[in-house]
Amino acid sequence: MMDWQALILTLKLATVTTAILLVIAIPLSALLVLGRSRWLAALEALAALPLVLPPTVLGFFLLVLLGLRTPVGRGIAAILGHPLAFSFEGLVIGSVIYSLPFAVQPIVAGFAAIDSSLVDAARLLGANPIRLVFSLLVPLARRSLLAAAVLGFLHTVGEFGVVLMLGGDIPGATRTLSIVLYNQVENFDYAAANRTAAILLGLSILALGAIYIGGRPRGGRNA
Amino acid sequence: MLEIALDARRGHFHLRLECRFVSEWTVIFGPSGAGKSTLLRLLAGLDRPDHGRISLDEDVLTDTARGFHVRPGRRHTALVAQQPALFPHLNVSANVAYGLSGLDARSRQVRVEEMLELVDAKNLADRRPSDLSGGEAQRIALARALAPLPRLLLLDEPFSALDGIASDSLLSRLQRWISEHRIQTVLVTHDATDAFATGAEVALLREGRLDALGPAAQALASERERIIARL
Repeated sequence: MMDWQALILTLKLATVTTAILLVIAIPLSALLVLGRSRWLAALEALAALPLVLPPTVLGFFLLVLLGLRTPVGRGIAAILGHPLAFSFEGLVIGSVIYSLPFAVQPIVAGFAAIDSSLVDAARLLGANPIRLVFSLLVPLARRSLLAAAVLGFLHTVGEFGVVLMLGGDIPGATRTLSIVLYNQVENFDYAAANRTAAILLGLSILALGAIYIGGRPRGGRNA
Repeated sequence: MLEIALDARRGHFHLRLECRFVSEWTVIFGPSGAGKSTLLRLLAGLDRPDHGRISLDEDVLTDTARGFHVRPGRRHTALVAQQPALFPHLNVSANVAYGLSGLDARSRQVRVEEMLELVDAKNLADRRPSDLSGGEAQRIALARALAPLPRLLLLDEPFSALDGIASDSLLSRLQRWISEHRIQTVLVTHDATDAFATGAEVALLREGRLDALGPAAQALASERERIIARL
């Protein structure tokens, strides 16, 4: 029996997470590439931290922070009416933090590869930082943006440690396909596990295809 | 009038000069590595000097003593570098219109057409930069820089990609247009013929220092002797 609820929840989580990731990663990457402050190195390291942090550790920290043990968690619970731990919204926050480096790094690489003389030309013609980003950096780095979106999406689809720690296993709220797969294996239901794994594999292949086919330049040079 | 008092270190290179460009056209002549491009970047506001002050007709653009720096794009200063740096995802018209966001659509269109006519490129309006020759791209870069009607125009050997004849006729037409619009121009070159061609005030820059400033025949006297001796 296919767990449609978990599939839909997983896709919803990955879509929302990817959208938020892009909204955060585009300005952050522009700041890292164009900015001059000496604090930027520290910010870049901070943005890369989830890459080396074990997912269970990240999930545990977030569980404590967003649960009812801390003032922050209690404050959020007072506003929302429920704690963020063990909720879909909590999972979104965890996923955004966990997948941030996977979105930031391709975008930083894409922005940094843009010829600095183009950036100079735009600045001389009066472009402010926002216009610079949206009229120049984003269109010229669209392959990197696509890669960032796909990587962020896939990384969220496949995440396990953060979801289990922070979200638990609540059907319809936090039970994603990875959790379903784990449960199926634990119950020795290998046939069902095979189907779930095949869906996760299919999503990955589809997404990789999107990067390689969708991002291919159509004639001429492409940044 | 452009007043410059600058001190800027870039690694081992040290640019230090104090001068006043009063003529409508100034040609800065010097061998490569003399600091010409560095100077233009400082004037354009793309880089900041360690110490110094730049002012254009009484308006201060940079003053390190007061921590004052007008950002590029607010200085009414245009820079055309050796590389045309056209935006590859925009066609020629959109490139020329990029600096005209303050104008309404109609005025923008009129200005773009005027600029393309000035550089003899009306037929290129819909082309992509990747479909242009080096000389064509250079002309479009010039049109794009001039479109917002800057008060100061900085040219970094922009004619290197044009062939001799196109360059001469373009130069005289540009000079006329620039003079009509009262745009002060500073042209940087390592080609002595460029320096003599415009009949402008010439500054001789060598290893980050100003060696001479005056009419071409005077400022380049030593350079002229060097060329004649070589012949």
